Formats: sequence, C-alpha cells, structure tokens
Amino acid sequence: MTISLKPSDSPSEKLQPTGWLKYLSFSLDHKVIGIQYLVCGFLFYLIGGSLAGAIRVELTSPLSDFMPREIYNQVLTLHGTIMIFLWIVPVVNGAFGNYLIPFYVGARDMAFPRLNAVAFWLIPPSGLMLITSYFINGSAQSGWTAYPPLSITTPAAGQIIWILSVLLLGGSSIFGGINFIATILKLRRPGLKLMQLPMYCWAMLGTSILVVLSTPVLAGTLILLSFDIVAHTGFFNPSLGGNVIVYQHLFWFYSHPAVYIMVLPAFGLVSEILPIHSRKQLFGYTTMVFSIMGIVVLGLVVWAHHMFTSGTPPWMRLFFTIATAFIAVPTGIKFFNWVATLWGGKISLNAAMLFSCGFIINFVLGGITGVALAQVPFDVHVHDTYFVVAHFHYIVYGGSVFVIFSSIYHWFPKFTGKMLNENLGRFHFIMTFIGFNLCFAPQHWLGLNGMPRRVAEYDPQFQLINQISSVGALLMALSTLPFLWNILRSILYGDVAGDNPWNALTPEWLTSSPPPVENWEGEAPLVHEPYGYGKKDSNKNKEVIK
Amino acid sequence: MTSIVPKEQSSESKNELINEEHEDFRLFGLVAFLIADGMTFAGFFAAYLTFKAVNPIGPDAIYELELPLPTINTVLLLVSSFTFHKAGKFLETNESKQCQKWLLITGTLGVAFLISQMYEYFTLPFGLTDNLFASTFYALTGFHGLHVSLGSIMIMIIWWQTRVPLGRVNNENKFPFEAVELYWHFVDGIWVVLFIILYLL
Repeated sequence: MTISLKPSDSPSEKLQPTGWLKYLSFSLDHKVIGIQYLVCGFLFYLIGGSLAGAIRVELTSPLSDFMPREIYNQVLTLHGTIMIFLWIVPVVNGAFGNYLIPFYVGARDMAFPRLNAVAFWLIPPSGLMLITSYFINGSAQSGWTAYPPLSITTPAAGQIIWILSVLLLGGSSIFGGINFIATILKLRRPGLKLMQLPMYCWAMLGTSILVVLSTPVLAGTLILLSFDIVAHTGFFNPSLGGNVIVYQHLFWFYSHPAVYIMVLPAFGLVSEILPIHSRKQLFGYTTMVFSIMGIVVLGLVVWAHHMFTSGTPPWMRLFFTIATAFIAVPTGIKFFNWVATLWGGKISLNAAMLFSCGFIINFVLGGITGVALAQVPFDVHVHDTYFVVAHFHYIVYGGSVFVIFSSIYHWFPKFTGKMLNENLGRFHFIMTFIGFNLCFAPQHWLGLNGMPRRVAEYDPQFQLINQISSVGALLMALSTLPFLWNILRSILYGDVAGDNPWNALTPEWLTSSPPPVENWEGEAPLVHEPYGYGKKDSNKNKEVIK
Repeated sequence: MTSIVPKEQSSESKNELINEEHEDFRLFGLVAFLIADGMTFAGFFAAYLTFKAVNPIGPDAIYELELPLPTINTVLLLVSSFTFHKAGKFLETNESKQCQKWLLITGTLGVAFLISQMYEYFTLPFGLTDNLFASTFYALTGFHGLHVSLGSIMIMIIWWQTRVPLGRVNNENKFPFEAVELYWHFVDGIWVVLFIILYLL
C-alpha cells in the first residue's frame, strides 16, 4: 500500500502562522521543529548554567554559607536533570536531527511529522513542571540518579514531579527515536544506499536504536519508584524487603546508554563539520559506521561499571571492566579517523572548526579518564568523588556541548541565511576552552585527593583548587555573552550567507538558505559522495556547487 | 525569518507533491514502538526475576498462586488472537457483517479476560503492599491489564468503524485494523511470557 501526499490546502494549514510566529506554533515542518528544539534547549541551558553557577559560588568557601543544604541538593538535582534531559539530549538529537536528517535522506519531511511535533511539545511543559516544583514545595533532592532509599526518604512532592517530568521527556525521546529510525531506514530517496549516507545519519540511527531499547526500561523503573513513594510499596525500600541494587541496575541500563545518546550524535555532527572545513574526505567511512554500531552494541552491556562499589560480585566486576575497556576500541577508531581527516587538509580555523578541534582534545582527555575509571581498583578509590564529576563533564560539556556550539556556527547560515561573525566566534571559543579546562581539570586533582561530590561543605585544604575551578566557571558563564551578542547581531545585521557559504557537498547546502518549506524547489538532489572533497573526477556534485 | 520562497514557486512545488508517493511505513513505526513497549516489560520481568533470585523472602514461601483462573485467562487471550485474525480475513473479502461479528467476539474475550483478572485480584489473599512479591505481582499484571484495557477499547472503536457504509475502516483503509491487530497479538504474547514467568516458574 502507498500513501499519496495530499497538497496542503486544508483550512488548518492555511491558518499556520508565518514569520517568527511559526516557531511558537504546532508546526509540522521538520525545520521549524528543529529550531524549536534548539532554542528551547538553549533557554534551558541558560537556566541549568545559572544553577551550576550557584553551585560554584557555594563551593568557593569550605563552609555551607551561600545557601541551605536542602537548597543545594535541589540545585544540583535540577542542574543535572535540566542539562541532560532538557539541553543535551533534545539538542544533539532533536534539534540537529530534525533539521538535517530529512535533507540527508533526500526527503521533504520526517516520516511521522505529527508525532514529531508532539515529541517536541512534550518538552517545554515537562521542563516548566520540573522548574516550578522548586517554588511549590521544593524540588527533588536526590540527584539526577534518584537513587533509593534517598529518593524515597526525601520530600515526596518534588520527587514525584521529577519522575513525571522525566517520564514525559523519556516519551518525547522515544517518539523521536522511532521517527528517526523510520526516516533513515524507510524514507530514503530511491537510489540512495545506506553506505552513501552522511555519517550523522548513522550516528542518529545508532542513537535511536539505543533510545528505543533503553529508555522504556528507565520509564518502567521510575513507575516502580513512584509506587514506592506514593503507595508505599517496597520494590526499592530495604526496610520493606526491597532491593536498592535492582534500581541501580535498571537505572544504569538506561543511563549508561544515555551517555551515548548524548555523545553519538555529537560524533556524527563532528564527522560532518571536519571534512567541510578541512576540504578533505572523511577518513575511514566504513570503519566509522562499524565503530558506531559497535558502540551501540557494547554500550548496552557495560552499565554495571557505575556500580563497582555496590557490592557487585567479582565475576560481574570482571565482565563489566573488560566490556567497558572494549568500548575504547571503536571510540579510538573514531578519534584517529578525525585526526586523519584533518591531516594534510586545507584547514580553515573558523569558529566551527575550532570548537570541533576543542571537542577532539577534550573528548580524548575525558575518554582516557573513562578507561581509567573502568578499572575496578581505581574506580573504588575515586567513586563518588570529584574525579567522576571531572570525567563526566569532559565528556558531556567538553564533548557534546562543544559540538553543539560548533554545529551552531556551522549551520547558522543555513538556518537563517545570515553569516555569524567569525572573530566573535573565535573569541567565544577561546573563552569557553580556557574557562572549561580551568573549571574541570583541577577537579581531577580534587577527586584523587578524596573530595566527595554532591556536598556543600568540604575540607579547607581543597579551598584554593575549588576557587580556581569557580573562576573557570565564571569564565564559561561570561563566554555566553559574546555568543549571544553574535547571534543577535547576525540575525539583525549579519552578512547574507548565500546558499552554500562553506562550499559543502552534503544535501542541505544544495538548496536556498533558509530552505523552502518543502526543502527543495524541484527534485531532491541525489548525493552519492557526501565527502567527495579534493577529488578530481567521479564527483558528480561539483557542477552543482561550481 | 520568513520563508524566502516566492508564493508562485511554493505552490508549484506543492503541486509536484501530489504525485509523490511513498510506502506506508506506519506499521514499521508501530513495530518500533512495540519493541520499546516490550522493553518496559523486559525491565519489569528482570526486576521480578532478580527479586526472586536475590531477596531472602521468596514469594512461594508465603503464597501459592492458584493456577486454574490464569490458565483460563491464557486460553481467553489466545483464542481472541485467533478470532481477530479471522476477522481480518473477512475484512479482506469485504464481508463486513462477518468481520464485525468476529471483532465483537474478540472484544468480548478481551473484556472477559479483564473481568476474570479483576476476580482474581479480589480473591487473592494478599494486597499491593503486603510484600515484595505481592507488589511485583500487581505491578506486572496491572501493567499488562492496562494494555488489555486499551486494546479492548481500540477493538471496540475498530468494530464501530467497520460498519457499512458509514465506518471508515474497510479493505481500502485497513491500517487501523492491522495496527490494532498487531498490538493485540503483542499484548497476547506478553501475557504468555508473563504467565510462564509469574505463575509457572
């Protein structure tokens, strides 16, 4: 059976607002939804960043003097939840995925446009719900992991709102994942083979498989946890015969893949950006594809390395240590492929490229500490210390957020038709890079010397390092200003970008900027070699870009 | 940021779209969703089995579950899968009266399952919060019962929509029928796994 796309002349379509108002409407256009994800995510990033700032202010002195401890716990819980579920996951998946994937597969929209819009519009209400819980009765206080019995014994109202909010965001994520799988596998333009797709498609396919397989387990776990809180069952309550370890297993079965849900799309985006700005083919396309799929498979069987101090039996420690160490292999392949892509290329050091290079540097540092943390003796020593905090932020901030900024600099001309100012962008990069490393590199030392995480008070010997870290955080906060100014200035007075300012070969650049509603005026272009830079012949796209 | 496409061109590209066709992959999307839904059940099953293996108070130490009623429930659901399939055959041959009859039987079987499940709940000697086994039992069967309830409602909607000539589900537009049928088989399959794990093991 086939579906004919009807011409959009129904009355509801005619009532669709145009101009900037369409970004506040229930639009079915994948490009509008992508921008909605991006802007919404960035607003939550500013909120989550302010909360991080509050944490760093508290930690400038060893005493708990800036805010009460209950508030500190709420702030760190909200910071983690907002940054993961409302900023990084929706932006690396939802924003760039929705905007780019239909272009890459040669389609005019996602496979299920209405489901797509529903998935986005679940996000703002759940985010607002999460934040307003702070003003009603206090937010959740048990961290983004919500480990019982802590999450059962802390005030119930905030925790329940937290659970509902995460359930809604999980649902949004699953709907998005189903949509991406269907779009990439089923909506490909005839004649376009899977192995000819840009790398971001593969990254999104892998990520969506992880989303569909692991997010429902988190949903089930949180439903059981809410029973424990509301109906006083004893699933995870030891005093009623329950078992907290089961919660940890189920939680990390989602939340370890969640790290890949945050970072795999970033891998894909970097693989798009590097070849364009170094005018070279992406090195090792096939190995990239297989390493993404390898990460997907391995990522599902390493979760218990978060639980080495939870009384795990020796065989489990051995298995999960080895499996985790194995993940370094596909990740290493990708790292060397990126370096080889840059090698000998005609590199233009613009803001997009700088942020991508920053990503490579930060990510390899975070990856090395990750391999270290997989080793049981080391992990037992630094578990729940600032070493883990430093490692995690090197992956999600130094990794994913750097890529988000890189992607914004790269695709802003396509989104708006205006160029960003490169010098402001370089300034933004330098501030962010120095601020980030100043903030998080010293935390490795703090962790190795035994400063626990999630505490408002600490031993006075750590004060100087904490203050250095706070200065770095201040620099990171300030670095947002040139970025925001750059965006605002460019939307108002930016240079006109033209269709293809980077001379790129991937399909989204082979249309106008911003693209028309149906993506292409005529037939969708068939791009067999998205990375065919620097090749003399067999490059059919060349005539298109002149 | 308004769309920069001039009006004429935009309507032109829309006219082109009339001829653009693609495969119907709504069932593909449904399968992906059912895989996700199945993973929720997998999480519950894993939790139950771990509780059973690790925790000192075994469920069987306290309560022995009665087998006859759940066995009848299993038969009810299995037969309803068969009758749904039969209704689908009649939908293909445009015999809507027969199709509606078998759909009604399927829906009745679903409701009968729910009533029987409720009866079991009321006669069981334990409540939701009595112990870990009781909680897990109600969580698992309750979550499955929620699926059966939704399925029964959807079967009734399909039954209402297959009436001739006003109904919107027929041989030309049978995706709603196929989707509910697939969902129903899925719920049925989950019950078989649940029955084995919860009652037989």
